[in-house]
Amino acid sequence: MINPGQGRGPDSVNSDPFPTTGLRVLVVDDDPTCLMILERMLRTCLYRVTKCNRAEIALSLLRKNKNGFDIVISDVHMPDMDGFKLLEHVGLEMDLPVIMMSADDSKSVVLKGVTHGAVDYLIKPVRIEALKNIWQHVVRKKRNEWNVSEQSGSIEEIGGDRQQQREDADNNSSSVNEGNWKSSRKRKEEEVDELEGDKEDASSLKKPRVVWSVELHQQFVAAVNHLGVDKAVPKKILEMMNVPGLTRENVASHLQKYRIYLRRLGGVSQHQGNMNNSFMTGQDPNFGPLSQLNGFDLQALAVAGQLPAQSLAQLQAAGLSLPSLAKPGMSVSPLVDQRSIFSFENPKIRFGDGHGQMMNSGNKPMNLLHGVPTGMEPKQFAGNHMRVQQPITGVRAVPNVQSSGMLMPVADQLPRGGPSMLPSLGQQPTLSSSIVSRRSDLTDSVAVRNSIPETSSSRVLPATHSVFNNFPSELPRNSFPLASAPGISIPTSVSYQEEVSSSDATAATGNLSYNIFNDFPQQQQHHHNNNKLNDWDLRNIGLVFNSHQDTAAAAASASFSTSEAYSSSSTQRKRRQIDVTAINHMQNHHHQPPPSRSVNHMNQVYMDGGSVRVKSERMAETVTCPPSTTLFHEQYNQDDLMSALLKQEGIPSVDNEFDFDGYSIDNIPV
Amino acid sequence: MQRQVALIKQSLFDQGYLDEQFMELEELQDDVNPNFVEEVSALYFKDSARLINNIDQALERGSFDFNRLDSYMHQFKGSSTSIGASKVKTECTMFREYCRAGNAEGCLRTFQQLKKEHATLRKKLEHYFQLARQAGPKETARRPK
Repeated sequence: MINPGQGRGPDSVNSDPFPTTGLRVLVVDDDPTCLMILERMLRTCLYRVTKCNRAEIALSLLRKNKNGFDIVISDVHMPDMDGFKLLEHVGLEMDLPVIMMSADDSKSVVLKGVTHGAVDYLIKPVRIEALKNIWQHVVRKKRNEWNVSEQSGSIEEIGGDRQQQREDADNNSSSVNEGNWKSSRKRKEEEVDELEGDKEDASSLKKPRVVWSVELHQQFVAAVNHLGVDKAVPKKILEMMNVPGLTRENVASHLQKYRIYLRRLGGVSQHQGNMNNSFMTGQDPNFGPLSQLNGFDLQALAVAGQLPAQSLAQLQAAGLSLPSLAKPGMSVSPLVDQRSIFSFENPKIRFGDGHGQMMNSGNKPMNLLHGVPTGMEPKQFAGNHMRVQQPITGVRAVPNVQSSGMLMPVADQLPRGGPSMLPSLGQQPTLSSSIVSRRSDLTDSVAVRNSIPETSSSRVLPATHSVFNNFPSELPRNSFPLASAPGISIPTSVSYQEEVSSSDATAATGNLSYNIFNDFPQQQQHHHNNNKLNDWDLRNIGLVFNSHQDTAAAAASASFSTSEAYSSSSTQRKRRQIDVTAINHMQNHHHQPPPSRSVNHMNQVYMDGGSVRVKSERMAETVTCPPSTTLFHEQYNQDDLMSALLKQEGIPSVDNEFDFDGYSIDNIPV
Repeated sequence: MQRQVALIKQSLFDQGYLDEQFMELEELQDDVNPNFVEEVSALYFKDSARLINNIDQALERGSFDFNRLDSYMHQFKGSSTSIGASKVKTECTMFREYCRAGNAEGCLRTFQQLKKEHATLRKKLEHYFQLARQAGPKETARRPK
């Protein structure tokens, strides 16, 4: 870098092997006095300084000149946009290290800064010793990009209002930083480097931040697709992406994760080709929308803040097939009892998801579902919800009844899954049903799913089937633990079967089934058939919606940060799916006119619906899971989480839409 | 003359008007920016006058919006801290504590005290800078680098 050569620089800085001078620093502070002093100090450190007294201006500067700065120093308290907001944006959009500063030395604020992804927190008056070493954040960031994880990103995304929870969770890192700051303050200039470096390394490792924004990821996926998954090499991808600032290492690690993700998706499913294609291109209705939804869910959760960050992480981890498998029983039991309680919280998520889906649907098959959601009236749902008050019981009851009628056909076709499932279902009339039985149900359901594709020849089914395949594969590892929680799992299997059966009964082909969902006229007929199903869904929905009116807000905030949403886990997908189903059902019930769609879309929709539904039921499990997840907390270490998140990254190019849609969510009345 | 300047400065420290942050600022002065501290101080007093005005108005309204007062005072404190205006900073801190406690009377009282300290500091610093300016050239002339 260029050394401006003005002022005098401390020897320690000049002699450093890293280019520590000439660092381009953007300072943001609404206090002119502080700004002036900081500028002077930074110049004394031989940095190149740009000062700015408003966060919004700073942001536009950064956007205009994406590679124009190496680091940002921002005050916390500023009018119109405070430092945390700026921090979020910077983390999300340009992935620059941000140092927060404030005269406010209360621990909560410091924590907030750290948990939002600030690399350091300086308390005013800022000392030149502290500024002398800010270059290390830049160096560290560059060196760490290889190990990048999106975790910090997700944290940052979470709305500012709820940091409290995260703060608690993140106590460690914050305290480290704080300690670091204090110690550095006491030390004289030269001593600072080594010790501080060590300490900060520890803290910063926890939150490396190469943010693969949605756009960036899209570019990445496009490049990979163009080159071919197997032939894609980081260097070429990098060339194709042509994104300034992105290093080959970044791309390489991202590619690695992406491949893992693909492998995970395709490994189990028989239709691997299908899956991959859908994944890659994002054209496959099932896949694209789902993945988007997933991302959304995560964020929604995070935003909602109802789930502590850790629990979220755990959720994701669980979804991703982490070690937690071993303890399914433990986690499950608590869940079962609490389920009703939890279901309320979950609803928010679902709700958010639903909206998100709606939003997404714009371009994709999901449209049908989405268009409707807005129309949904919370109140109505609430009413439904009230009746059902114990969602679980309702669901279960339904399954039993239906299972006998609807499911039977399917069961017959499927020798393994069918029989076993029915018995198990029958045994679970009440909530109190034992965990074991549920588990058995789960397994059964899985078996059924697998078997179904084989038996049924309908077009639609295969598609759903592929989705399913993914699921089963995931189930053993991921969803199982979570699912184990689950009475939910039971409903899922049931409902799925129901759908299948219904489709079978009405029409041998998948198209017919599609009709059910999409065709409104026919819907009514099917309604009768599906009545119970619908009711079930409705109830769920009602629960979701009623319980959380906050959801909208949560969703909105979530959507805001969505770009990083792809961290969502399979679990989340399930949720989305559930939401989708719920939405579909809602549509059916309300008979709202479907937005103009092509037949193809409808088919896709149907497919989505099918897969969604299946998964959605599962979602119930997932939903309950969050609480249970906490149980697993300690099992997951951050690395796992991060890796899990990263794996999830492989999202179809559709993401952008999702993102924006998410924004629109804010407008949705709840 | 130099000694006189040093004495005045020392007394500012001894009486608690200034703290070590002020020393930091002085160290930032160099040939390129020989009057940095004075410039910063001028800026500080200008900006803090504005803040004081804001707070005055807010207090005059009678309805105490403590959040607002607190945020004004936060900025006041930030800049006072940054130039090492120790006594003013103390008052700022107290003011904010009263804000948090919802103690309007405490706020008013503290604010009066704050303004007094602020004005005193201003006067003393102006005097100091004036002397320093007179003495400054001599110093550099005496001890060429």
